[in-house]
Amino acid sequence: MSLDSAPAIVAVTLVTLATLTIGTWGLRFSRTTSDFYVASRSVRPGLNASAIGGEYLSAASFLGIAGLVFVSGAEMLWYPIGWTAGYLVLLTLVAAPLRRSGAYTLPDFAEERLASRGVRRLCSLLVVSIGWLYLLPQLQGAGITLELVAGAPRWVGPVLVGTVVLVSVFSGGMRSITFVQAFQYWLKLTALLVPVGVLVAVWAGDGAPRPADLGLAWSLPMGTEGSTGLYATYSLIAATFLGTMGLPHVGVRFYTNPDGRAARRTTLVVLALLGAFYLLPPVLGLLGRVYAATPASADTLILELPRLMLPGWAGDALTGLVCAGAFAAFLSTSSGLAIAVSGVLSQDVVVPMLRRRGSPFGGVAAFRIASLVAVLVPVAGALLTPSVGVARGVALAFALAAATFCPLLILGIWWRRLTAYGAGAGLVTGLVTTGTAVVVTIGGWRTGSWVDVALTQPALWAVPLSFTVMIVVSLATASHVPAHTTRLLVRLHTPEPKIEPAATPALQR
Amino acid sequence: MTEPQRVRVTGPPRRRPAVRRVDIDEDTHLGEIYLGSLMRAQLSIAVRTLALLVVGVGSLPLLFWLLPGLARTAPFGVPLPWLLLGVLVYPFLFLLGRFYLRGAERNEDSYADLLKSDDEAP
Repeated sequence: MSLDSAPAIVAVTLVTLATLTIGTWGLRFSRTTSDFYVASRSVRPGLNASAIGGEYLSAASFLGIAGLVFVSGAEMLWYPIGWTAGYLVLLTLVAAPLRRSGAYTLPDFAEERLASRGVRRLCSLLVVSIGWLYLLPQLQGAGITLELVAGAPRWVGPVLVGTVVLVSVFSGGMRSITFVQAFQYWLKLTALLVPVGVLVAVWAGDGAPRPADLGLAWSLPMGTEGSTGLYATYSLIAATFLGTMGLPHVGVRFYTNPDGRAARRTTLVVLALLGAFYLLPPVLGLLGRVYAATPASADTLILELPRLMLPGWAGDALTGLVCAGAFAAFLSTSSGLAIAVSGVLSQDVVVPMLRRRGSPFGGVAAFRIASLVAVLVPVAGALLTPSVGVARGVALAFALAAATFCPLLILGIWWRRLTAYGAGAGLVTGLVTTGTAVVVTIGGWRTGSWVDVALTQPALWAVPLSFTVMIVVSLATASHVPAHTTRLLVRLHTPEPKIEPAATPALQR
Repeated sequence: MTEPQRVRVTGPPRRRPAVRRVDIDEDTHLGEIYLGSLMRAQLSIAVRTLALLVVGVGSLPLLFWLLPGLARTAPFGVPLPWLLLGVLVYPFLFLLGRFYLRGAERNEDSYADLLKSDDEAP
């Protein structure tokens, strides 16, 4: 460990302490099972939007985008655009009805809508798969960051993030995590805004040099390889625009709104918060080009840039700040995912198991046992599998969500003729197609033909396929449309009376 | 000296009366019609918003693919792709969101009014 690593170690320690302190402070408000799962559905739009922003801006947003723009140029701007536009699609098609469904989680929604235990179990499996797939790059990013800035071995990052997440989830559940994540949005914004401001001033002071000739390819907003690049761009657009609604940590956040209108207003504030944040990373990518940075990997560009442009204590201080933001990104997204995965694991695995054994433990204890599993498995995975790059790894999770939960949510909310058979067939199709793509991409198998592109960016063909299967099978099993469909759709689409009737928790089933 | 008698001053009720869901909760024919009209209105505002998204943002890769020369233009000294994709797209997404929010809340208000007038009818 050298003197160089001092600012980073200070920053990481401070973020960790702040997270644990706020999490423990929030514990005083967490008393019931409902607090643990959905913060008792009472979070105001402003606070909730900050929390959503804090949770959603992951390592991929904080570290990944600047690095990708630095390496590949304008086509990579589609990542942040897709991550923001995904919220617009969520707002228009899903936000208010999903909140009004009154369910705790996506599996709850599926069971309520389709009256099928089978579809419910399938959805639980998907929530856990998507959550773990999304957690993997976060934890690996933490490993890379701590290795670079503090000279720590690769395993320290995943283990540290896993431990902090576990402690805060364990102690406070959803209620306390809401405060933690709202704090982390503003920390992340500051941790990019200040370096961008200072470094742009440095750049202007140097006489605003233009980057060395970048070539046209770097400025083209779709790939360079002709129609393959165009396909990859549109596939990324499909995955991100449609996948956001199916991410487990995004869905669970909507249940913490007081009602459907609040869910919509929260989403609009989120659009503003995300837009403000995503203006910043590409600037750092461009500055990297101007100053001809040679980062260890694309994901570490913004950690190395301040010292490259600004020697001395100022560069150290900025590095520390960026490091704090990056760590906040690992912690917040990982906590959100851990909560979502734990919620599903505890409802569908731990509680039934405890009940079968006649255990006296209740909901909160089950939630804690589940969170242990939810965190340990991806930490082990992060230590054992090779990294595919933070942003690309996350893109795979988006593709999986887009090919499974997107059709389920859209057809479930807007189409009366959806049946459990149709939904199940469509979910399995999406899981098999994008699951294969994920395994092939992470495994690193290549054929050297167009198949590679189709498999690393599967959304453009996999999502329409899932929709088609879901619709065709539903029409073929039309006699199985659940009897309560109209009544349920009335509830999803009508504004709620101003005074909410007591929530009906799914746990009572 | 006689004190004026105290009176309680009240305004018109602030809270909109609760939407009556009892009838439509039953699978009545009327419920189907009400639900159908609300769902159509909500779907229509959603689809209009998403159509603007596809035209305004989704068309960009195709546009630059068909007209690669566009990428060389640089209004205000910023290359056009960077200006569009790095900056202008975010206010555009927010405005689309606001456009949708207003439309959807208007639909819900007129739906609530419809049920209310239905309640008041004898």
